[in-house]
Amino acid sequence: MVAIIDYGAGNLHSVAKAIQKLGYQPCVSSQREEIERADVIIFPGVGSAGDATGNLKKLGLDVTLKKLNSEKRPIFGVCLGLQLFMEYSEEDGGYECLNLLPGTVKKLPPGNKIPHMGWNQVNQVFVHPIFHGIPDGTNFYFVHSYYADVKDKHIVAGVTDYGISFPSIVVRDNLVATQFHPEKSGDLGLMMYKNFLEMYIKK
Amino acid sequence: MLTKRIIPCLDVTGGRVVKGISFVQLRDAGDPVELAAFYDKEGADELVFLDITASSDHRDIMADVVARVSEQVFIPLTVGGGLRNLEDMRRILESGADKVAINTSAVQNPVLVKEGARKFGSQCIVVAVDAKRRDSQAVPLSGSPVAVDKNSKWEVYIHGGRTPTGVDALKWAKYVADLGAGEILLTSMDADGHQTGYDNELNRTVSEAITIPVIASGGAGTIEHLYEAIVDGKADAVLAASIFHYGTFSIKEVKLYLGAKGIPVRI
Repeated sequence: MVAIIDYGAGNLHSVAKAIQKLGYQPCVSSQREEIERADVIIFPGVGSAGDATGNLKKLGLDVTLKKLNSEKRPIFGVCLGLQLFMEYSEEDGGYECLNLLPGTVKKLPPGNKIPHMGWNQVNQVFVHPIFHGIPDGTNFYFVHSYYADVKDKHIVAGVTDYGISFPSIVVRDNLVATQFHPEKSGDLGLMMYKNFLEMYIKK
Repeated sequence: MLTKRIIPCLDVTGGRVVKGISFVQLRDAGDPVELAAFYDKEGADELVFLDITASSDHRDIMADVVARVSEQVFIPLTVGGGLRNLEDMRRILESGADKVAINTSAVQNPVLVKEGARKFGSQCIVVAVDAKRRDSQAVPLSGSPVAVDKNSKWEVYIHGGRTPTGVDALKWAKYVADLGAGEILLTSMDADGHQTGYDNELNRTVSEAITIPVIASGGAGTIEHLYEAIVDGKADAVLAASIFHYGTFSIKEVKLYLGAKGIPVRI
């Protein structure tokens, strides 16, 4: 079972539909027990970040995510999900994040339209099964105003240019997190979810 | 590099796409799911569904259309037409839309832009602006910060372009961007339907005045028109209906053309 964490941040249904399309069973949930039982956890998110951490705490899901990560359970973070994995975010006057990955969430530099909205290339930094069947430089769909400035460069699996070169996919052990939306990136976006699911679920 | 988006617009009424492409080998050119899948395969970067149904029972039908499309097509979907309040927006977003476009309701109640952005995130809120060039007649001034004045070049129209509002289109675009809109869908009413090119003075003026993306709409008749909207109009995305629906050009042809001219596109 694939748990999609529901903490009121939206976009859950698109992710669920993508998982379903791939032939897996999605379960949109905010229940700790249910999430802990899942084979794979997806942590999606779009929208205003200030509320997100508050909601996570209210539901006790911050603790759940930290616990699952310490157990090296497979977790896929998307967009705001990636940002919330970091230590700290400068959005909305600043707030503490989950501290699963080292680094800070910062505003994209001025000079380009913000939000960064649309299809942009992900330049692969190292070879990883998450990229199986996905050519280097493939366009994925982005929509965000902040980015994760990851401290540990060894975990940055792909970068994207928008005024600066920022980490667009991060991979560390059990954790994969993307700044783009695989569920909105057509066939190759679905392929990325498929690659992740196949690493952990025997069909 | 961020690519320029090519966006076909599909008009939906009673759950059916009107102006469907008849030449293509589709089983049913009026079926939103089939058309969406077709455009996706052609390389559309996003899809806009515009609900043009006048009756009040359209929301259920539209929600159902969105749900069915989003189960099959995995690119961003924007839905507009008749969304009046947060509840209408929530309904469509939960059905599977990624963004909602609001026009008349935003002008009548600008707080809706702010509340929608707060509740669903700025990236969800597209403000559709129907702009028409003003003649040079003197205009009455009002106290509104977005009211037309003697320097206003374009005025906002609502109710599908039937009602002038006295709102200056440029001021309005800046205003809704500040309220939290994530994007402007800018339609030139002067150019719309004529297939003689976009109003690129309008596109450029608005695009350079705000930091959020602008989708240029209205007037595409040739492949060059889309190029001009990007280069002269500084548009971040171009929307077209007729040229795609009637098969004048395919999305693939448009992208190959733009790519050859040095415009970054996703091919």
